[in-house]
Amino acid sequence: MEVTLTHFLIVSTLLFSLGIYGIVTRKNAIMVLMGIELILNASNINFIAFSRFGNFGLQGQLFALFVIVLAAAEAAIALAIVLNVYKTFVNVNVDEIDELRD
Amino acid sequence: MSESFLINISVIVLFLPLLGFVVTLLLGKKIPKIFFFEVFVLFAGLVLSAILLFGKLTYFADTKIVSEFKWIDMGNVPVFGSINIYLGMLIDDISALMIVVVYIVSFLVHFFSIDYMKGDIRYNRYFAYLGLFTFSMSGIVLTHNMLMMYIFWELVGISSYLLIGFWYEKKSASDAGKKAFIVNRIGDLGMLAGLLILFITYNTFSFEQIFGEIAKGNLPFNSEFWLTVTGVLIFCGAIGKSAQFPLHVWLPDAMEGPTPVSALIHAATMVAAGVYLVVRVFGILTADAMLVIAAIGALSAFIPATIALTQNDIKRVLAYSTVSQLGYMIMALGVGAYKFAFFHLVTHAFFKACLFLGSGSVIHAMHHEQDIRNMGGLRKKMPITYATFLLSSIAISGIPLTSGFLSKDGILSGTFAFASLTGHWLFPFVGFLVALMTAFYMFRLVILTFHGEPRDQHKYDHAHESKFAMAMPLVVLSVLSLFFWYTPNPMSPDAGWFYSKWIKNPVIYTPENARWDFMKSDEAAISESSEQHDIMYSETYTKALHHAHWPAVILSELLAICGILLAFTMYQWKKISADKLTERFKPLYNFSLNKWYFDELYHKTFVAGTLGLSWLVAWFDRVIVDGIVDGSATVTKAVSTFTGRFDNIVVDGLVNFMAYLSAFIGLFFRRFQTGKVQTYIIMVIFSIVILLFLFKSF
Repeated sequence: MEVTLTHFLIVSTLLFSLGIYGIVTRKNAIMVLMGIELILNASNINFIAFSRFGNFGLQGQLFALFVIVLAAAEAAIALAIVLNVYKTFVNVNVDEIDELRD
Repeated sequence: MSESFLINISVIVLFLPLLGFVVTLLLGKKIPKIFFFEVFVLFAGLVLSAILLFGKLTYFADTKIVSEFKWIDMGNVPVFGSINIYLGMLIDDISALMIVVVYIVSFLVHFFSIDYMKGDIRYNRYFAYLGLFTFSMSGIVLTHNMLMMYIFWELVGISSYLLIGFWYEKKSASDAGKKAFIVNRIGDLGMLAGLLILFITYNTFSFEQIFGEIAKGNLPFNSEFWLTVTGVLIFCGAIGKSAQFPLHVWLPDAMEGPTPVSALIHAATMVAAGVYLVVRVFGILTADAMLVIAAIGALSAFIPATIALTQNDIKRVLAYSTVSQLGYMIMALGVGAYKFAFFHLVTHAFFKACLFLGSGSVIHAMHHEQDIRNMGGLRKKMPITYATFLLSSIAISGIPLTSGFLSKDGILSGTFAFASLTGHWLFPFVGFLVALMTAFYMFRLVILTFHGEPRDQHKYDHAHESKFAMAMPLVVLSVLSLFFWYTPNPMSPDAGWFYSKWIKNPVIYTPENARWDFMKSDEAAISESSEQHDIMYSETYTKALHHAHWPAVILSELLAICGILLAFTMYQWKKISADKLTERFKPLYNFSLNKWYFDELYHKTFVAGTLGLSWLVAWFDRVIVDGIVDGSATVTKAVSTFTGRFDNIVVDGLVNFMAYLSAFIGLFFRRFQTGKVQTYIIMVIFSIVILLFLFKSF
């Protein structure tokens, strides 16, 4: 069986859905961040797959590299934010951090 | 001596008493002696008015001096045209003479009051009021237009009100003041109507211009009837002020004021103002108006004379005598005896002022006893008062050698001549009857007061002759009642300077066919212009007057002597018992004693009528007007309740509904705003999914 674009997309869709699931269901902020990482990686798979099957040259790979760098940066910043949130609320449970409502 | 000099003097004469009034009133409480200023001012006014009279008669014997200034410029009024109101002074023989008479009497009354009012709590204010009164009276005399005359007319009304009610602690005095004021108002209403008719017809108030227009034949509403109406309406003012029938009731009550005030107001000035007014407008009176005036005059001469016969208050006798004499003057004007009427006005002013001041002297000596039944025998105690009082009584009775004789016989022969020319014999009849009664009641008064034995020994013992301040005016006034001031011939005034020089024959302005026949201008008289000076109206009238002179003199003398003798037989020699006569004619006596029940009649009719009308109006106010107001209030209340409900239910309901609605929507959408990041993310994802489906077609 030949591996086609559809297979890649199904994998990336699964990965994306898992990421969304992680973001929505997890109460721990760090787990939410990990969900975001999953979504980013799902998009990376898409980029690579479209680059491989489409006629785009190396643009897909390059964007994937960018996304990886971006994910690293994002992880650093987001962890710093989580750290600050923890300092303020002594808590990293996203359900209970609802100051914005008021 | 120029015209402007006389005008300036007249203006000063007019305003001096006002100055006295203001100064005395303002400084009265601070400076107790300030009343001397008022008396001095009056003396200065007297001197100036004498200069005025002298200058007028010497240098301007045949001219009228008029000076006027524009007071109000109303510009061009629609319908009427341009209207300007002028004020000004008029100096002719009548006003110059009158102002001197006013000032003589006023000054003497001031002088008399210094002693008479001594010790009164409002001493200075009394003098201030006298000043105000003199000012208003001078204004009436010196003005040249109807408007100013009306203004001063009302000023006289208010100052007489103040003076009559001067002792306002006494109920009767304040009532008398009110009565005088209100009764005068009734007459003034007529006068106002009359002068407004003249004003809307001629657009001017000036006597000269009105007379000129009437002489040209312009009549009010183009009819002689309206000219008659105007004349009678203006005469209404005189009915009020001169206390003529039927408005004579205020004058006897006005005796509640201080006695010098009675002398001033009720002898020489205020009541004379009415006669003066008729003298002023004499030229525009039609024959019908004159007949009305003569009839009113005759009634006013007769009725009070009968009342005076039985009165027991010394001042009331004099008061009714005044009304009666004023009736004489008015009657004389009505029958056309113009010169005699004015002459009588002057002579009466002096002897009646003397009588009033004399009675004041008696009342002062008797410690405010006014009832002649408690007097008697005062002749020995008060010789000066007695002599002057007697002289004035002789004058008012019309005995020869006095001024009263001259003027009274003039009036009587005037009525006589009038009757012989027109056939109205009632007027001379009333005139002679009143002459008889006047002589009787005046001597009854003299005898009961001064002759016989004292009837109240206690008061008699305390009586004393008045001091100089009170005696001097009496002497001066009684001397002025002698004949030689007016004419060298004691039997006839014709030769005197007063008649031939001082009072001119009246000029008649009414249309020829509205006059009496004897007042129509004579062709013959006009051609002989040199003779015209002596002819009053026409040759026939002068002849009739000439013929009437001696019969009138003889008859009136006989009647006067009869009256005096009757008084002596009844009260001095007691040959006829007054009590028995009273018993026999009880109803008549009571009728006279109660003043013909005029006060009761007016109380029953006018006062009760006014009260009834007021009650009716009050009822109308209370029931109908208040009902309408209350009704509209009720309606408004009902409407308000309804709109209130509407507001509460419908409008508020809508507003509240909107509020509930938004609250409900808010509550609904609030659910979505949880503040939980994960919920938002779910929503975002759902939205994206929905959007994807929406944009699927692209």
